[in-house]
Amino acid sequence: MSIGTVTRADLAESLYREIGLSRSESAQLVESIINHVIDALIRGETVKLAGFGTFSLRDKNERVGRNPKTGQTVQITSRRVLVFKPSQVLRERVDSSLSPKP
Amino acid sequence: MLRSELIDTLHLENPHLTREDVERVVSVFFESITQTLEKGARVELRGFGAFSTRYRKARAGRNPRTGGDVFIPEKHVPFFRTGKELKARIDNTRKE
Repeated sequence: MSIGTVTRADLAESLYREIGLSRSESAQLVESIINHVIDALIRGETVKLAGFGTFSLRDKNERVGRNPKTGQTVQITSRRVLVFKPSQVLRERVDSSLSPKP
Repeated sequence: MLRSELIDTLHLENPHLTREDVERVVSVFFESITQTLEKGARVELRGFGAFSTRYRKARAGRNPRTGGDVFIPEKHVPFFRTGKELKARIDNTRKE
């Protein structure tokens, strides 16, 4: 895996290499995982992936915001947004590999 | 939906794979994303969103229980940004 942005194709390649499934089946499984997570969220469910994190939905009220570029106030409509809370394990792994050790 | 339920659904759709195989598929999928973030790189999944990491400066914090001052060291945190398409699809579920 080169440094740069990882995509579906790279994730499929990992399944192909590490599990030994065919390339097409690996690609199809990557697609299925993503679609099942999306479908659950569309149904309004929280998606909890142990060891990775939790995707949940949050309803935001209408509020007054500001365009940071122009400074003008704008009305921000109420909306439903997706939030991702990384698990403690993911947080620790990311921080210990990227932050310099004391 | 829990990880185990995701595995059950994938197994139903792929009966030629053992449940152990499906568990490994799900593990490798999330492990690959995790390892990418550990390298400081990003994962972009069109139609879903992008995982990346963000640097947080050290700051003075406060222990909410005791009110005492605490030093919060600099850190790198995982970050997810919802893709445009999914953002719209999620928001559309509001009134249903």
